[in-house]
Amino acid sequence: MLSQIKTLWTVFVHLFKRNETVQYPEEMPYQAPRYRGRIILTRDPDGEERCVACNLCAVACPVDCIALQKTEKEEDGRWYPEFFRINFSRCIMCGMCEEACPTYAIQLTPDFELCEFDRDNMVYEKEHLLIDGTGKYPDYSFWHVAGKTITGKDKGEAQNENKPEDVRSLLP
Amino acid sequence: MFFENINWSYVLILPLIGGALGGALVLVWWERRLLGFFQDRLGPNRVGWFGILQSLADAIKLITKDDWVPPFGDRVLFILAPIIVAGAMLMAYAVLPLGPGLIIADSNIAILWILAMSSLAVYGVLLAGLASNNKYSLLGGLRSVAQMVTYEVFMGLSLLGVVMLTGSFSLRDVVHAQEDMWFCIPQCVGLVIFLIAGLAESHRLPFDLPEAEHELTAGFHTEYSGMKFALIMAAEYLSLILISALIVVLFFGGWLGPKFLPSELLSGIVWYGLKVVLVINFFILLRAAIPRPRYDQLMSLGWKILLPLSLLNILITGAILLGTQ
Repeated sequence: MLSQIKTLWTVFVHLFKRNETVQYPEEMPYQAPRYRGRIILTRDPDGEERCVACNLCAVACPVDCIALQKTEKEEDGRWYPEFFRINFSRCIMCGMCEEACPTYAIQLTPDFELCEFDRDNMVYEKEHLLIDGTGKYPDYSFWHVAGKTITGKDKGEAQNENKPEDVRSLLP
Repeated sequence: MFFENINWSYVLILPLIGGALGGALVLVWWERRLLGFFQDRLGPNRVGWFGILQSLADAIKLITKDDWVPPFGDRVLFILAPIIVAGAMLMAYAVLPLGPGLIIADSNIAILWILAMSSLAVYGVLLAGLASNNKYSLLGGLRSVAQMVTYEVFMGLSLLGVVMLTGSFSLRDVVHAQEDMWFCIPQCVGLVIFLIAGLAESHRLPFDLPEAEHELTAGFHTEYSGMKFALIMAAEYLSLILISALIVVLFFGGWLGPKFLPSELLSGIVWYGLKVVLVINFFILLRAAIPRPRYDQLMSLGWKILLPLSLLNILITGAILLGTQ
């Protein structure tokens, strides 16, 4: 009996609590920065694409919604995807691609409003996915961390990288 | 002349029926909204001002629905059942006093009439369950009969204290007898018992075993749809309003304002309406807060606790009355 009255009181007090409901189209709910929504491709701080077309995201994707083709840039030797296609009507926003990506290129954003009348419009090409900025990791630049040679950065010139050992010399 | 012979209290019939049905319609919306607030939600707030036209939209939807009668059931009884439920509920309103002179039938057996009519409504529920020829409906109908029979017993007994203090079955006399003190003080046990019995009688949520949606899909009205379903729902809300109004008349002084306030502050009908709305809100709070008891718990609560308690209440009230006379 006492517990019943306590319940009544507790429920009554909730009359004066703030509503949890957010009136969505008029009022945007709070979006956590790490919310997993629409996928983007980011760029290095120098403005070039981060994606090196390693295919790890496509492998990690449990629903196989990512398709891409590797190619190389003639002038500096960087790898990049010739095309990069995400079928958002398949994507389950699991974030596995973001976890798998070695270059922080593929990232998930808080934008969840992916509605189209036509299913074909849910297929995003590279031009739709690629943004101008660096996304969540503003200072990270893959080609200046990796050991691979590109134009303007020779072996041993990357961050935290030693000069290559001269195997013909005996001097330390 | 025709107008000389007319009994002017009959003029009240149409406004009362309209008011009761309109009240039931508004209540559907208000209950959903208030339940939403209790659960930190918003409730329906899209149609009209604060969503007040929601029940109108629902009504339009229900009217335009297919009026389906199950081919495997009993057609006549199936159609008759909701009419009995709603009709009996509306009949009970005939003796309900709304103000000092505002009463359609000032009967001297008003309390008995209301009890009789709310018992008649059980036939509608049972017939609805039987005529549907569906196991869930039948179980719901059976449950509702058992529940009504149980709670009818001490619903009447809990009112006997009030009747003894008044010395009359007339609801007008009951209100006049409360001019010095509302009966909720000397008859607080009777009030609690009547409240619980009224909940069970109108099968509101803590006691909605006849239609327990988790076990019986929708109980006795599983097969109902469209306007027949709407009639059953309207009857349910009508009985909620009726029980609330009865509680106000029997225990909270009807149209009388509180004694410590000047009597000219608000007119009787406003006091009456305020109190009824408060009691209805309390019923909705009960719905939001209290979970449904098991069937055997319901029965044992009725027969083992509330029935002896109401008998004891009568005994003590009678003893005190005898002693003070």
